[in-house]
Amino acid sequence: MSVDKDTVRRIARLARLAVPEEKLEPLAGELTGLFNWVEMLNEVHIEGVPAMTSVVAQKLKWREDKVTEGGAAEALMTNAPEHEATFFVVPKVVE
Amino acid sequence: MSAAAFTLAEARDALKARKISSRELTEALVKAVEQARPLNAYVTETPEKAFEMAAASDARLAKGEGGALEGLPLAIKDLFCTKGVRTTAGSKILGNFVPPYESTVTQNLWNAGAVMLGKTNMDEFAMGSSNETSAHGPAFNPWRARNSNANLVPGGSSGGSAAAVAADLCLAATGTDTGGSIRQPAAVTGIVGLKPTYGRCSRWGIVAFASSLDQAGPMTKTVRDAAIMLKSMASVDTKDSTSMDVPVPDYEKLLEGGIKGLRVGIPKEYRMDGAPPEIAALWDKGAEWLKAQGAEIVEVSLPHTKYALPTYYIVAPAEASSNLARYDGVRYGHRAKGAHDITELYEKSRAEGFGAEVQRRILIGTYVLSAGYYDAYYARAQKLRTLIARDFTEAYGKCDVLLTPATPGPAFAVGDKSDDPVAMYLNDVFTVTVNLAGLPGIAVPAGLTANGLPLGLQLIGKAFDEATVLRAGLAIEEAAAFRHKPANWWRAA
Repeated sequence: MSVDKDTVRRIARLARLAVPEEKLEPLAGELTGLFNWVEMLNEVHIEGVPAMTSVVAQKLKWREDKVTEGGAAEALMTNAPEHEATFFVVPKVVE
Repeated sequence: MSAAAFTLAEARDALKARKISSRELTEALVKAVEQARPLNAYVTETPEKAFEMAAASDARLAKGEGGALEGLPLAIKDLFCTKGVRTTAGSKILGNFVPPYESTVTQNLWNAGAVMLGKTNMDEFAMGSSNETSAHGPAFNPWRARNSNANLVPGGSSGGSAAAVAADLCLAATGTDTGGSIRQPAAVTGIVGLKPTYGRCSRWGIVAFASSLDQAGPMTKTVRDAAIMLKSMASVDTKDSTSMDVPVPDYEKLLEGGIKGLRVGIPKEYRMDGAPPEIAALWDKGAEWLKAQGAEIVEVSLPHTKYALPTYYIVAPAEASSNLARYDGVRYGHRAKGAHDITELYEKSRAEGFGAEVQRRILIGTYVLSAGYYDAYYARAQKLRTLIARDFTEAYGKCDVLLTPATPGPAFAVGDKSDDPVAMYLNDVFTVTVNLAGLPGIAVPAGLTANGLPLGLQLIGKAFDEATVLRAGLAIEEAAAFRHKPANWWRAA
């Protein structure tokens, strides 16, 4: 399995990571190395094996549908890189 | 002996007997932390908070009150959110994030009376086995090879916590373990590290890496200390739906009783080609120690062992790429300057904020989850995980606990493996299976290499049977009689 430069560019876009052009090729090499190593998983017969969905035997718990915490907008703003009142400021999204 | 060298149990007993105050204990440790800055074990020191908490503990102790960890100073891995104290997860992307809330595990520790000394260094987002991916620079192992001044790694990702415990810069520390991040650094720094069963400790307020694998646990000087600390860390929590509602026993009490009749499994697949002979010899010695104390040694098979690491390097990056999507430069943390639109803001903030290893894993995770590749990678890996977990279930038909090496070798030099990701990943070859199966495992110091570096043995138990893991760990600890300490080369002149 070989990962090429265009694939790295495509997945970097999906992952919202700005990868400079000159790093695409080295990353493609590293990912190819990794996926070649992972290829050994293809030796294993997995027909009829269920995918793991929970690592310990348990049913997901239910709780009452009610608000337990919230209304902390001001506390949340203390870490915002840029905000106005209780709104996060971002570049214009809608033209 | 300085009070900093106390074990958790010794300090607790000295406090109860009023032979020392929490203030004195805290002073000794704060001083040790200051003198050990060359180790880079702590990324944030909180001496004022420590003295405040120690004063409150002394007041409670004076009235004959106090919790199980009253007045005992601890170090906290910088992955746990601590209210009002900067939490970075070893990453630039969190910037100077100051959580307005406290993680459940640390809250449990403070409720038990513990004192916080500060936050410890770690691989960025817990992705690494050497602490070298930290945005704060590497932490160093207090141990050095005989006749050498080369700096060694303390393992990772909980490398700062391991270094802090090994160098007596705290009584004990918290760690987290996704593929070996408690047990591997514990083994290469000569301390005890326990990864509890998945669901034993709440994950709420711990910066998420791979949610189906992450688990918090204690890193301590002795097995007894791990038992004491786990009791206070564990709880069922409405804020983490995967935390289990099962009783938390008194682990310290359950240490008593010995291991007569305990069936100890030796998984034959862990005997790997090319492993250093010292590792195999120590493993054999461990089995002899347990046998001499009345345990029955049985050979077992875990046939899918060799597939565990590649399975992990699909599952963990997939979950990480999803968990780390939240770092977008909008609500907290690092934000790139000069972005013209929202996509550019995301892409630049993330590129500037995440280090190389984290970016690599985000790309792997995005790839294996992307359209057309999901079945070939992620779905297949989740099936492999079922097979790996089944191996353990079958082995536990023949035995109660498994004994294995903890790491494939001792601590290596800083920079030695940082160019080859797969070589770095192999450090977790003996620990990662345990995370994939959700089981409890402990690393216990068991000996030194010919050039004087610590090596550990690992015990793996059945789900929620930490008590047996600890009891067998104690048997190894007593037989190994590991009393070595690193030479203090780091103290500022």
